[in-house]
Amino acid sequence: MTEMTLIQAITAAMDEELARDERVFITGEDVGVRGGVFRATMGLIEKYGPQRVVDSPLAELSIVGIGIGAAVVGLRPICEIQFADYIFPAFNQIVGEAARFYYRSNGVWHVPLVIRAPYGGGVGGGLYHSQSVEAFFAHVPGLKVVIPSTPHDAKGLLKAAVRDPNPVLFFEAKKGYRSIRGDVPDGEYLVPIGPARIAREGDDLTVYAYGMMAHYATIAADMVREQDGIHAEVVDLRTLLPLDRETVLASYRKTGKALIVYEDNLTGGFGAEIAALLAEHAFEHMDGPIRRLAGPDVPGVPFAHSMQEFFMPNPEKIAHAIRDLAAY
Amino acid sequence: MTTAAETRSYAAQLTRDTLIEMYRFMVVSRRLDERAWALHRQGKIAFHISAIGHEACQVAAAYAINRGVDYVFPYYRDLTLALALGSAPQDFLLGAFGKATDPYSGGRQMPSHFSSRALNIVSGSSSVATQIPHAAGAAFAIKYRLQRGLQAPDDATQPRLALTCIGEGSTSQGEWYEAMNWAGVHRLPFICLVQNNYYAISVPYDQQSALPNVADRAPAFGVHGVVFDGNDVLASYDALRAAVERAYRGEGATLAEAKTYRPVPHSSDDDDRSYRTREEVEEWKRKDPILRFGSTLMERGLLRQDDLNAIDAQARAEVDAALRDTLAAPDPAPEDALGAVYATEDTP
Repeated sequence: MTEMTLIQAITAAMDEELARDERVFITGEDVGVRGGVFRATMGLIEKYGPQRVVDSPLAELSIVGIGIGAAVVGLRPICEIQFADYIFPAFNQIVGEAARFYYRSNGVWHVPLVIRAPYGGGVGGGLYHSQSVEAFFAHVPGLKVVIPSTPHDAKGLLKAAVRDPNPVLFFEAKKGYRSIRGDVPDGEYLVPIGPARIAREGDDLTVYAYGMMAHYATIAADMVREQDGIHAEVVDLRTLLPLDRETVLASYRKTGKALIVYEDNLTGGFGAEIAALLAEHAFEHMDGPIRRLAGPDVPGVPFAHSMQEFFMPNPEKIAHAIRDLAAY
Repeated sequence: MTTAAETRSYAAQLTRDTLIEMYRFMVVSRRLDERAWALHRQGKIAFHISAIGHEACQVAAAYAINRGVDYVFPYYRDLTLALALGSAPQDFLLGAFGKATDPYSGGRQMPSHFSSRALNIVSGSSSVATQIPHAAGAAFAIKYRLQRGLQAPDDATQPRLALTCIGEGSTSQGEWYEAMNWAGVHRLPFICLVQNNYYAISVPYDQQSALPNVADRAPAFGVHGVVFDGNDVLASYDALRAAVERAYRGEGATLAEAKTYRPVPHSSDDDDRSYRTREEVEEWKRKDPILRFGSTLMERGLLRQDDLNAIDAQARAEVDAALRDTLAAPDPAPEDALGAVYATEDTP
């Protein structure tokens, strides 16, 4: 085991996949000599050269579009979108093209493509460096949407994404790039895309979360266990699409109470899908209101610290919501 | 910018058999296309989008590249191109009728969304210009394989370029600019064939661009530009073969502009009488690419009128037979709508 930060695990995953498979290459803005604005690709151009770590023009549509073309004819691109906020110029290429290629060709052409993007707020990034965009893409069959919350999962899931024959959106909690640390096994391992992870076991209620909020939820669960004797189960979804419905439902059938935490805007966020799933398939186990703790319905995370902190869920807010629901 | 005169020699190297074969594909495409219009008017198919008038530049493109080997990212008007690459008339008809055995999409896509892994024709969507970055990406992959030693430079069994076709309306899309820019920056083995028929549905070319030619923008991307008569098979072949040679030699991309015309409405749902005069359409019909190429072949003494008639009769019979077989093919089962959402295996 080696202790790593989230971003070190991501770099290690790309390093190993570049070494393993000659068809893998990276492209995106500043991924070359700069090593990415967050340093996720640091050292890779020195090791693998500019043919395999390719600085793209400043144009997200074609970072993805070129990746799709290279993928359908046999390469294995890893495309970096510098911030998830900048993914929208590529929206049609991802949703209209990558997601539909396999279906529209009746299973003839597939798109083995990874699109990495740092997402989320709490870093002073304002409206355009803080967005959570997963709900747009988790709505689209043909895509896979992965959001890890630990270095262990980030490395294993990213390696699995590179080997997946489908387009995978891999969203990385930028707030956790250096603040989330954890043990990573030495040597080769994969974490399969799909299954959720029980991050904390408990039987009083279930907290559903992913990415940065899954990390915060485990901190909050430890707080309320110690301070209040509340045993909250934390389900780290890890993959939003395809969703691990069995694990989601099994936990709820045990606890009968659900708190869903995400930092996207509340309305139409991914939490709504979890709530609908529980209401539809586990109604008879319901022992309280299904609650969502999310960002407010405003068009972005504001820049000023006071407003940013107001927007963002955090361990204290999650702990408060857990206590409230447990008391219901 | 290249003028036609500089590259005149390529077409002169085409053999009599090849010229006749090219003519034959144009005629089969026309007869099939006309049949599709009739089937639509009879209420037997739901939609048709036509290649009529575009046959010359399309057949030239197919013969200029390594047919069935080089990657092609077509658009919906590329019926002649698809046929000349090796797709059968029945393939098109199975798609037009949305049959289960439609090889392009299993009845999922609208008609004329050509696709074949065996022929390296890559599936496209209905959103114009979206395939251009895919073609540039495929060209990037070719360059990558050559640089990494994954493909031998002169291996003609492997794709050595990517060709995409678009209408001039697509050159207003961001996809086009971004993909052309990649093609220039990386000197990709890439050809963008713009079939400029002067109308994007109803919007005339002077509302798409302030420049007289699409290819005038080639220098902005650092790629080669060429304009040619897209209704002239030999001029089209000369220009496109020169672009192919450049791509194969590693000299980068070409923006090739075929000036042509669509003497029929945009699609079966369009009525072109609302946006252009009948006189204009009639004038272009006199420049019909099939009439012109047929005359050229007769002037050169390669074919007589009897031969042209025989080719035409043969094309009609071929279309009749393909239609008979298509009508007997099964429709998709309703629940086939649920299949092939995610790939389960990675095929290299």
